[in-house]
Amino acid sequence: MNFLVCISKTPDTTAKISFSSDLKTFNSAGVQYILNPYDEWYALVRAIELKEQLGGNVTVCNVGPQDNEQIIRKALAIGADDAVRIDSEPVSSMQVAYQIAQYAKDKNFDIIFLGKETIDYNGSEVGAMLAEYLDLPFISYGSKLELNGNSATIERDIEGGTEILEVAVPFVVSAAKGMAEQRIPNMRGIMMAKTKLLQVIPASSFDIQTLVENYDLPKEKSSVKMIDPDNMKELVRLLHEEAKAI
Amino acid sequence: MSVLVYVEYAQDHFKKTAFEAVTYASKIAQQLNTSCIALVLGKSNHLNELGDYGANKVLNADATQFNSFDSQVFTIAIAKVAMEQNASVIVLANSANGRSLTGRLSVKLNAGSVAGANKLPIVQGTSFIVGKSVFSGKAVANFEIKSPIKIISLMGNSIKPEKVSNNSTIESITLPETSSRIKVKEVKTVEGTVPLPEAEIVVSAGRGMKGPENWGIVEDLASSLGATTACSRPVADAHWRPHHEHVGQTGVAIRPNLYIAIGISGAIQHLAGVNNSKTIVVINKDPEAPFFKAADYGVVGDLFDVVPKLTAAIKDFKNNH
Repeated sequence: MNFLVCISKTPDTTAKISFSSDLKTFNSAGVQYILNPYDEWYALVRAIELKEQLGGNVTVCNVGPQDNEQIIRKALAIGADDAVRIDSEPVSSMQVAYQIAQYAKDKNFDIIFLGKETIDYNGSEVGAMLAEYLDLPFISYGSKLELNGNSATIERDIEGGTEILEVAVPFVVSAAKGMAEQRIPNMRGIMMAKTKLLQVIPASSFDIQTLVENYDLPKEKSSVKMIDPDNMKELVRLLHEEAKAI
Repeated sequence: MSVLVYVEYAQDHFKKTAFEAVTYASKIAQQLNTSCIALVLGKSNHLNELGDYGANKVLNADATQFNSFDSQVFTIAIAKVAMEQNASVIVLANSANGRSLTGRLSVKLNAGSVAGANKLPIVQGTSFIVGKSVFSGKAVANFEIKSPIKIISLMGNSIKPEKVSNNSTIESITLPETSSRIKVKEVKTVEGTVPLPEAEIVVSAGRGMKGPENWGIVEDLASSLGATTACSRPVADAHWRPHHEHVGQTGVAIRPNLYIAIGISGAIQHLAGVNNSKTIVVINKDPEAPFFKAADYGVVGDLFDVVPKLTAAIKDFKNNH
């Protein structure tokens, strides 16, 4: 089985977020970037586990500039076999999906994995877009995936529950919590990652349909009102009269 | 021209998110001076309800291919209707299924999209700008959609469903048969509770509860408020509570009107999933818990003492209102 895992780079959750003074551009200076957790912990690790069971190959793919090679090497250190970076500074989900589709269309991957969303924009769109470009089934929010021959049984998270389905390879699946457990790269993995193939390919031209115009910052939260633990009646009054929450 | 809203029907009713999407689409239709057309795929006995929220026309295609969800099959259907109705905007709920459709439709129709919008677009001449919350609620990004067709999925609890006088017509349509490569075997949903992403009030508890056997006071508080229960990541990881109750960055992201956090310290990963809540109440015995910085109201105290008192005060309030 051949697996493709699409990975992205996102600011760490704890990163301080700031913008240019006209609020037009995100200020990336000093921001700590990480491999998107859903891509790393669930999508990538499940692909590696399946390869370990069944044999095959795990390729990771990222659409981004050279700086992104740090997170690509991390994915290789965790256990991916080889990597592709599509050289581009993408600004929209569709642009990312299109680039990956151009690369993947003639490679006959059995399963294309990605995380359920990135933790910065939470769009959750790239998987569906990629599946549409490649005319493949798409299963979102997979929390469990078992392969039996060419057929996969997948559990996916839906509002307030789970859906269980069967689908034959090839398909695209987005991974949620539950699909695998995080793996920490070991020293051997880190050393081996340096020698694994990281291919850089040029991006295809693409017409951008959606673009960030500017950002707004949320209103400063007024400071917390502390309520006496023996006066819950006062809390209820505030929730009703002031917050209008009940 | 028209605004098309795809509406999910859940077994025997429309969810609140469906009415939110129709209200949202109807307001965009007013902005663009055009009509709002709702599309329901599969059998539904409540089509008339969509007119109450501003749909001018309700289209329904009932066929076996819509009995279970396959994003590809549904995308083909919605795209066909969008073309026939000359839709310039397509609105969907930002649900598990809605998000798959948003991505697929944007490729199929070569249309720009914004997934998870939380406010109405700003339309000026040909400029069409839609905002959504990004970076765990630390900013709002305003996206310009430049394509002739625009696709928006609406984040739950972003707009209140608004009733209007119902002038809708209902039309049954037939769509070509398409086959699915996905076979849905089973759908398991928890009965009787509002799913977390749709809940207006959420009562959530963390490690401060000390063990699953103590959850009775959390459930009592939740039932006094008609709230849905949730939990923090360590609680779900320890299997004190089911996985689907986990809110936070790796769990469910929510934006209820009221979020009550009990015995949760407020790690940044937890806040990332809840800090879009309109009002946050934090109950914790540690006055230094970081969650207080994100809270509107805070109570420092022993939760085993405070929570039953709050429940009693809520019940008292409900009896008098």
